[in-house]
Amino acid sequence: MALQELTYRDALRQALINAMRENPDVVIIGEEVGRYGGAYAVTKDLIKEFGAERVIDTPISEPAIVGAAVGAAMAGLRPVAELMYVDFIGMTMDQLGNQAAKIRYMFGGQIGVPMVLRTQGGTGRSAGAQHSQSLEAYVMHTPGLRLAMPATVADAYHLLRQALTRPDPVVFIEHKALYTMKETVDLDVPPLPWGRSAVRRTGKDLVIVTYSRQLHHVMDAAGKLAAEGIEATVIDLRTLNPLDFEPIREHVERVGRAMVVSEGAMTAGVAAELSARISEECFDFLEDPVVRVAGEDIPISVSPTLEAGSVPGVRLIADTARRMVSGRVAA
Amino acid sequence: MTKPEGRHPAARPNSALPRHYRVMRRIRSFEERVGELFVRGQSAGSMLHLSIGEESAAAGVCAAMEGGDTFTTHHRGHGIFLARGADPARMMAEIGGKEAGYCHGKGGSMHIADMGLGHLGANAIVGGGIAAVVGAGLAARHFGSGRISAAFFGDGATGQGILYESMNMAALWRLPCLFVCINNQYGMGTRIDQATANPRLHERALAFGLAGETVDGLDVEAVAEAAARLVAGARRGQPAFLAVDCYRFYGHARKDKSPYRDTAEEEAGRRKDPVAHARALLLQRGLAAETDLAALDSEIDAEMDAAIDFTIAQKEPPLSSMFRDVYAPEEPEPEPVRARIDRVLARD
Ligand SMILES: Cc1ncc(C[n+]2csc(CCOP(=O)(O)OP(=O)(O)O)c2C)c(N)n1
Ligand SMILES: [Mg+2]
Repeated sequence: MALQELTYRDALRQALINAMRENPDVVIIGEEVGRYGGAYAVTKDLIKEFGAERVIDTPISEPAIVGAAVGAAMAGLRPVAELMYVDFIGMTMDQLGNQAAKIRYMFGGQIGVPMVLRTQGGTGRSAGAQHSQSLEAYVMHTPGLRLAMPATVADAYHLLRQALTRPDPVVFIEHKALYTMKETVDLDVPPLPWGRSAVRRTGKDLVIVTYSRQLHHVMDAAGKLAAEGIEATVIDLRTLNPLDFEPIREHVERVGRAMVVSEGAMTAGVAAELSARISEECFDFLEDPVVRVAGEDIPISVSPTLEAGSVPGVRLIADTARRMVSGRVAA
Repeated sequence: MTKPEGRHPAARPNSALPRHYRVMRRIRSFEERVGELFVRGQSAGSMLHLSIGEESAAAGVCAAMEGGDTFTTHHRGHGIFLARGADPARMMAEIGGKEAGYCHGKGGSMHIADMGLGHLGANAIVGGGIAAVVGAGLAARHFGSGRISAAFFGDGATGQGILYESMNMAALWRLPCLFVCINNQYGMGTRIDQATANPRLHERALAFGLAGETVDGLDVEAVAEAAARLVAGARRGQPAFLAVDCYRFYGHARKDKSPYRDTAEEEAGRRKDPVAHARALLLQRGLAAETDLAALDSEIDAEMDAAIDFTIAQKEPPLSSMFRDVYAPEEPEPEPVRARIDRVLARD
């Protein structure tokens, strides 16, 4: 195939279509996935090609959607369950955390749960406190669950295809602010293997580790910094479990400074884990404390001003990088 | 209990209809202005769910409630809150994400509340507000207050297990609770018969030992009568479930054009208009003249236009307010990320 312009949404949709064409056991199950075509239109018209037996509309029953996917996976199907908003993950946490995540282990390795739970999170739509959260830490804190969070159009496609080949449950969190983002991509170019991070940019002054939508804020900030002579290395995690730590170690040891950027609340979040890991493992090489730039420890407001103020933006990332690199000028 | 039989319109007391009509007319007018606020780019986001077509549920049930009774609503709850006495200007300001709104711009359309009016909260989680009325019912009994607590939710919430857990507890403990299901036939694009094999929803309540009825939402008087009966029972410790059949006139939220249902169905659905129906009855029974109703229209429209003007004139909340109310006012606010970074980078 050749180069084509695709949105993040198109790429996800194409991944589902291709997987369903290749494997008749792939089924989609969730609210509004069929006739409606998905709350964010990722499954638009899939029901026309694959029928209501494979694109299954459900009642509003999140625990049973996830639980049914667990059972379907154990019984030989390849389910893709959809949770309309990651904010509803708490409702499903028993099925996800106590069932899906532990079945292989509790039962001594007899069976796995090869399911994908697609969902979306993050700010950007004035959707308020119960529809705007970044809850990836809940997943990352649950051994047994894999976690992918694509930031680019190509990764939206490839990570979803790869998730559908994994032997264990994968939680796949999209970002609501990225669906309309466009990229020119060639989906036939072989992707990075599952579980690898991507170095999006290399520079000598500091390493910025991030994922999902914050990658774009970080890249914008890095562009501004470059114009001022500050060169950042930017690592996009792509999957948070597996966590590809070696490239982080390598670059942090070379550069001596690290910042972690995440939209999730700062305390006990993904940024906290990454910061701890870098501090522990790269201690002798660090010139500065690892700095977390993360979401405020507060719920998200419906007011667009407060919403935007609650999560990292280009300005805070660039300011922080500048201060780290240019010897800590007091604020 | 099921549908009461042999009701005779003429046998009903007429006096409440003008009051119900006024409540419904205000809701209709308010919701139309919410649509306008969105079109004018003055709403915080597009997740605005209008209750046009279901005004009788709000007016009829709330007429049976008293001051001090508590309630929770779903995401389509503007009408219910108005019927319980909310100030449309502060509601509209909240929908605009403004500081002057009921929740200072933090909640928005899906999270408006006023504890002073017994509103324990609107919810963006389908089914999220239902269980709270069990707790409020326990509290009412504990304090001997004689209050009831009502949960308002959509037909979609009948897919949530928490509804059944809550109804079971309410029946088991004989709590003063009312479960009001506003059955507008759709949960987003899913019609009720595509979400359940048994759409006779009140039968589920009967199975748990609650009183249960279904009423036609076209007829606000029928809703009010059923609600009065069930609320009276609930006050005596017989919890109840009331399904109000109606039709969601417009899309799920502001951006939904309802492509999943055909125009013939929509037209038929919109003919089940409780506001128009009540208006016709008022005229027919001689309870109001055209001129009275026209005067009422202008009075209400002016009130709701003023709510829009008020909203547009209001300020956004200040950035610093985002740290307020995460915890109680006497507790320290969470430390801003920027302050934390400042401290880390200032150290040497
Ligand atoms: C737990 C949960 N699941 C899904 C959603 C997304 N959602 C919001 S409203 C809605 C439909 C609700 O239908 P219903 O309860 O009938 O209320 P209506 O919108 O018709 O008033 C859905 C699926 C949600 N907000 N919360
Ligand atoms: Mg409904």
